[in-house]
Amino acid sequence: MICYIGAFGLIFIGLFIILVKRNLIKVFIGLSILDTGVNLFLISVGYISKGTAPIFSKPGIETGRMVDPVPQALVLTAIVIGVAVLALALSLAIRLYHHYGTLNLRKIKEQRW
Amino acid sequence: MIFVSVLVFVMLIGAIAASIFKDLINAVIAMALVSLLASILFYFLQAPDVAMAEAAIGAALTTAIFIIAIKRTNRHEE
Amino acid sequence: MRKIISILLLVIIASGITFSLVKIPFGISKTKVGNYYIEKGIEQTGATNIVNYRGFDTLGEITVLFIAAIGLGAVLRAGRKKKSERKIEPASLILYTGCKFLFPLILLFGAYIFIHGHLTPGGGFQGGAVIASAFLLIYLGCRERRINKTVTKVTDSLGGLIFVVTGLIGLAVGNYFLINFLPKGIPNLLFSAGIIPIIYIAIGFKVGSELAGIIDGLMEET
Repeated sequence: MICYIGAFGLIFIGLFIILVKRNLIKVFIGLSILDTGVNLFLISVGYISKGTAPIFSKPGIETGRMVDPVPQALVLTAIVIGVAVLALALSLAIRLYHHYGTLNLRKIKEQRW
Repeated sequence: MIFVSVLVFVMLIGAIAASIFKDLINAVIAMALVSLLASILFYFLQAPDVAMAEAAIGAALTTAIFIIAIKRTNRHEE
Repeated sequence: MRKIISILLLVIIASGITFSLVKIPFGISKTKVGNYYIEKGIEQTGATNIVNYRGFDTLGEITVLFIAAIGLGAVLRAGRKKKSERKIEPASLILYTGCKFLFPLILLFGAYIFIHGHLTPGGGFQGGAVIASAFLLIYLGCRERRINKTVTKVTDSLGGLIFVVTGLIGLAVGNYFLINFLPKGIPNLLFSAGIIPIIYIAIGFKVGSELAGIIDGLMEET
C-alpha cells in the first residue's frame, strides 16, 4: 500500500514540474520522474504478499507463491523507451539553444515571429 | 515494512527537491537519487530483472547524458 | 496565476485517479495469464528465467532505440562547425591507469550478464547498458580517446540482422515467427532453451554499441 502512495506521489510531482516550470531542461527532468513513477506503479500492481521472484533457480522450487511475471516484461520495455525518448529530446534542446540563445520557454515564444 | 516506508519518504523528498533547486546540476543529482531508490524498491518487490535495468539505465546513463547536455547549454535556470 | 490553475487541475486529477483505483488490492494474485506463464513456462521454453517469455516485444523495443539513435545523429550533425583545434588537457596518471585497468573487467561483467540471460536475472538490455557504461568510463577518464564509429555502426546493424534472420528461419521451418526450433535441452544448463541465448547475444551487442554511439554523438569538442 505504501508503494501505491509513492508511485502516485512521483506521478503528481512530475506533472507539476512539466506544467509550471519554464526551463526546458527542468521539463525533461519532470518527464523522467513521471516515467519512473509509472513504472513503479506497474510493478507494485503485480506483487503478491510473501512471494518470491519468478525464476526457477533450484530444481524443486514450489510455484505456489510466485510474483506475476507479466508486468516485469512490460516495464523492461518501458524503461528503455524512456531513455531513448530522453536522448532524442536532449539533442533537440541543444539545437534550440544554438538557434535562439536561451532555453526559457517564455522568451522563445515571444521571439518566434 | 518500516524500511520500505523510509525509502518511499526519502524518494518523495528527493523528487520535491529536484523541482526546487535552481542550479541544474543539483536537480539532476536529485533525479539520480530518485532513480536509485526506485531501483532498490524494485528489488524489494521481488523483481530483480527490472532492478538491474533501472540501476544501469536510469541511474548511470540518464545522469550522464543530462550532464553532457547541460554542459553545452546554460547551467543556471533562466 | 499559472501555478494556482495547475495545482487545481492536479487536485482534480488526483481525486479522480484515487476514487477509481482505490479498489485495487495490494498483494493478491489478480490475473490468469501470469499463472499460466508460471505453470507452463519451463516446459514450453526450456529457460528458467521466465520473464523473457516474450521475444516479440523485444523487436519493437529495439526498433524504437534504433530510430532514436538515428534521429540524434541526424539532428546533431546539422549544427557541427568545422573542427577546431583540440585543447583537451590530459587527466592525471592515477586516473588514466585506473580507467584503463577497469575497462576490460566491466566489459567481462557485461558479457557475463547477457550470455547467461536465460538462467539468471539479466538479459540483453542490462548487459548492453553495462557495456555502454564501460565506454563512458573511458570517455571520462582517458580524455583523448574516441571510439571507432565504423565498428559501432557495423556491430549495431549485424545485431539487428541476426535477430530478424533468426525469426524468419523460424517462420520458414515452423508455423510462426520466432518459433523455438533448436532443441530445448535440460533446464539450468548453458546450452539450453532453444534460440533464446542467440537472441540475447545479438541484443547485447546491439544495445551496447548503440548507447555508446549516442554518448559519442552528444559529446564532441566545442
